[in-house]
Amino acid sequence: MEKQRYERPVIKKLESNMPNKYGMRTEYQPMTHIDGVAVADLVKEHGSPLFVMSEQTIRRVYREAKKAFSTRYPKVQFAWSYKTNYLDAVCRVFHQEGSWAEVVSGFEYDKALRNGVDGSKIIFNGPDKTEADLEKAIQHDSLIHIDHLDELYSIIELSKKLDQRPKVAIRINMDTGIYPMWDRFGFNYENGQAWDALNKIMRSEKLELIGLHCHIGTFMLSAAAYASAAFKLADLALGVKKKYNHNITYIDMGGGFASKNTLKGSYLPGSDVNPTFDDFAEAITSTLINSDFEPDNLPLLILETGRALIDEAGYLLGSVISNKRSSTGKRTTIVDIGVNILFTSFWYDHKITPAQPFTQYTEDTTIYGPLCMNIDVVRESISLPLLNKGDHFVIHHVGAYNMTQWMQFITLRPKVVMIDDKANVHVIRKGETIERITEFEEIPEHLKEFDL
Amino acid sequence: MKIKKNVAISESGYIFNPSTGESFSVNPTGIEIFNMIKEGKKIEEIEQLILKKYNTDKDTFEKDYQDFLGFLKQYLLIDTHDEKED
Ligand SMILES: Cc1ncc(COP(=O)(O)O)c(C=O)c1O
Repeated sequence: MEKQRYERPVIKKLESNMPNKYGMRTEYQPMTHIDGVAVADLVKEHGSPLFVMSEQTIRRVYREAKKAFSTRYPKVQFAWSYKTNYLDAVCRVFHQEGSWAEVVSGFEYDKALRNGVDGSKIIFNGPDKTEADLEKAIQHDSLIHIDHLDELYSIIELSKKLDQRPKVAIRINMDTGIYPMWDRFGFNYENGQAWDALNKIMRSEKLELIGLHCHIGTFMLSAAAYASAAFKLADLALGVKKKYNHNITYIDMGGGFASKNTLKGSYLPGSDVNPTFDDFAEAITSTLINSDFEPDNLPLLILETGRALIDEAGYLLGSVISNKRSSTGKRTTIVDIGVNILFTSFWYDHKITPAQPFTQYTEDTTIYGPLCMNIDVVRESISLPLLNKGDHFVIHHVGAYNMTQWMQFITLRPKVVMIDDKANVHVIRKGETIERITEFEEIPEHLKEFDL
Repeated sequence: MKIKKNVAISESGYIFNPSTGESFSVNPTGIEIFNMIKEGKKIEEIEQLILKKYNTDKDTFEKDYQDFLGFLKQYLLIDTHDEKED
């Protein structure tokens, strides 16, 4: 007689039907395939953990965002925020879709050039641009967004030295009703710093002021804050026109739109409650259109959206190492994914689904990574089907920041693959090897030998 | 090891513990094992029956059984006075 499928015995305490810390929903729906490729095959071929990028999701989400803005406003340009995910394959999907590049360091700048982005389509942000970086950016005719006065003076000096007219914008910070206010970067609107910088640029006559930039925060849950920011940038642009009869070519609203992730501690899933691209687009474009720009002379609207464009396209596959009970009797599950490769688990309650079918029985558990450290918590509390040692699961919406902020710690970082729209799997970042890691190390002569 | 006398399990795996007012839900494998413990079956016997019926192995089952028992104890569904009987 054939034996029945075994499921380990579980007992679950029934709580009242109020939403509790384990959330309202259980992810019963297994995710056995990603874009037509079996999760089991991916793990078999490429190992666990494994990052998986969905090319068709990147393109779909990008087109949704593009449409939300371009149906409301005539001139829209996205610039891919490299720091969010600068794997070359990912950047190139965005460049194929028409995105410029937005970078914040010499390293990212070089990456964009190497990807074939024309210098004039690279926006150079950030407080830490070296003289050499600035010189390179000026020579490539890039869009330099000035962060502070020291940088402004350096650029004026370089413009003399190189006998070139750098294209610049300034970054503005301002009160948009959001707490905490991001006032560390750029020049403040309310206290007059912004005007001070604008006057210095216009009077120097060495620089071409082409844009105004802001980046008011990240994972913003309020579209209204963008209306406030757009209003203030428009006000400055109109002021420059009035005072110097100079047209500002573009207004760059930065990034910061919330993705569909769920912030820690919220009861409702982010996919249900976070503002949509349409919400953000409506707030920004209606403000610009209703301001005093001549209808035929609206500035180009630039967006440096990061996480909202890429989170959804990224998956992280992992495996269960062990089920345990904590000293207080709580169920805990140890998995092969640590916070060093899933940095965003500090902010989000990432959605996790099993990669194989299960019965409807569930248990409440805490998911720990393998790092042997207290901070290594992937989900503090989640209700999941009865996973067993060796079972695979899928962590959703991990495309932003994890593949740039990950740390190599006690083990090697996993491979990254991309699934194209014909279900072909491409390795876009190889698995690390011990040789690659130790290659950077040097051993002083006197430490080479020892006896134990 | 004995399930407390006043604790009963329904066919669908619903347990009510009158001494604490708490209720629980148990999956089908859990119901079978719970009932076998309640009938006073020893671990060896339970194991034999489960291994005969289900597609699993001894090590896995023993680990899962101890884990399940741990939860029954934690939820005070087991009399711990007469542990010698175990
Ligand atoms: C200047 C700038 N632009 C764009 C972004 C992308 O932001 P987000 O991923 O929140 O959209 C960032 C991120 O910090 C940034 O600093």
